[in-house]
Amino acid sequence: MAKTSRRQALRLGAALGSGALAQGEEARLLGTPLGPYGERSRHVTSVRTMRQTRTPEAGSSATPLAETYGIITPSALHYERHHAGIPDIDPATHTLTIHGLVERPLVLTMAELRRLPSVSRIHFLECGGNSGGEWGAKTGPDVQRSYGLASCSEWTGVPLRLLLEEVGLKPKASWLIAEGADACRMQRSVPIVAALDDAMLAYGQNGEPLRPAQGFPLRLLTPGWEGNVQVKWLRRLHVTDQPYMTRDETSKYSDLMPDGKARLFSLPQEAKSVITFPSGGHTLDRPALLELTGLAWSGRGRIERVEITFDGGATWRDARLDEPRFRLAFTRFRLPYRWDAKPAAIASRATDETGYVQPTREQLIAARGANSGYHFNGIKFWRIAAGGQVTNADA
Amino acid sequence: MRTLSLILLAVPLMAQKHGAGRTPTDQEIRGLGATVAPDGTGLPEGSGTPAEGRALFAARCAKCHGEKAMGDVGPRLVGGQGTLATAQPVKTVGSFWPHATSLWNYINRAMPFNQPGALSHSEVYAAVAYLLEINGIIGPKDTMNARTLPKVRMPNRDGFVPDARPDIKR
Repeated sequence: MAKTSRRQALRLGAALGSGALAQGEEARLLGTPLGPYGERSRHVTSVRTMRQTRTPEAGSSATPLAETYGIITPSALHYERHHAGIPDIDPATHTLTIHGLVERPLVLTMAELRRLPSVSRIHFLECGGNSGGEWGAKTGPDVQRSYGLASCSEWTGVPLRLLLEEVGLKPKASWLIAEGADACRMQRSVPIVAALDDAMLAYGQNGEPLRPAQGFPLRLLTPGWEGNVQVKWLRRLHVTDQPYMTRDETSKYSDLMPDGKARLFSLPQEAKSVITFPSGGHTLDRPALLELTGLAWSGRGRIERVEITFDGGATWRDARLDEPRFRLAFTRFRLPYRWDAKPAAIASRATDETGYVQPTREQLIAARGANSGYHFNGIKFWRIAAGGQVTNADA
Repeated sequence: MRTLSLILLAVPLMAQKHGAGRTPTDQEIRGLGATVAPDGTGLPEGSGTPAEGRALFAARCAKCHGEKAMGDVGPRLVGGQGTLATAQPVKTVGSFWPHATSLWNYINRAMPFNQPGALSHSEVYAAVAYLLEINGIIGPKDTMNARTLPKVRMPNRDGFVPDARPDIKR
């Protein structure tokens, strides 16, 4: 650092000649030179949070949602959930094999996939276990640690439908067994249903190839469905007439009900929203007119409405929704808010295009008990104290 | 009309619009590794007994799952039967998993955690046999292979229901 500054100072001095500066003016240093790949400012320090674990290859990391703007999550901050680490895959040798109940099994290289007709769409991705702590007493202190296993990107890839037409499904074909090239060969059964019309085999994210943590060079993207089914590092689609009941779709990601039965294949992520400012960990330093803001999304379509309460749910006001609003994508909401240094309990409530209204935590627990673990989408309250400290109201 | 479409489907060049990729050989597909349906379709040759599995478990699995499979770094794998409808459900292979074939499929592709793929097919059968035996699902003399494993009925075989959402009305 010091070396560069000295060189810059010398260059500046040579260009201007000594004594050329006006009296009392400090010479300004040149900035750093241009470079081939950009880095963020050293003053920007947002990072993903990780839970302490003895197996860091099989953990999750959460997006700092309160520190992102708009609806796109920077790729480097996209949440992660891996089961056997991130593989290092050479796209020149990676292939996708589609076989099983098809007329023409195919093996495709990445170059062949990238030459096919493609689409680019903005979609959220959310872990089926996001906000799982909210079922119990372990609710997170801030947005990141309670709602951060959700992110939103522009994805580019080949429509799945195109490839299924290319291989030709046999009459009994009704499921895809998707398999990843990670060390654990992650495997999930994917029903071939109408919702799959949105699905793609994605190789691009936010204008560049997928990040390794998001499945480079190829992942399955089934927009709106829980993240686990959207298999990363995709190497195989085995077309079958039945689900294979893999470990991750039976013993995990199923919802245990109070009667001991567990719901299978709870794929769409239901409408959900969270206020990101003000939210847990923030401090409002003085009474002022603020902009309350947050994110809403639904795995069943477009967000049509977000309402805000300041009084613990007694009364609700409509927030303004940023346009354009995409299906199955984050929607940014905003509402001017005059904080008058009085205690408040704030929350957001989303409604999607199907008319579904985000439920309360109490409604969810009444319907499913407190042990289902996954697919929590309840209304999230933040408490603002008279002193301006914002905390998790459910802690 | 139906006959016509069948004829069209039978002509690969006409049906395959984009012509991408090539046909994999059967050997290439097999080379991707075993993948197993609940009815056992896809299970390979090989076999293992609970006794073989006990030794294997001690050597390769106990470090994470505990000597008695009660869980440590890795999850608990034994017990919990009868707890699913209580306030403290214990979800294990024995109490929760609906299909024994899923256990073979998962261990074969993902375990041991630090060396997935290192076990032979017979070692996977042995590990499965041991876990089924300590959960009281098979007997100590029962051998697991491609014919016997799909016949094992897991205690929670009927414990799963379809997604019932949206389940909350305003």
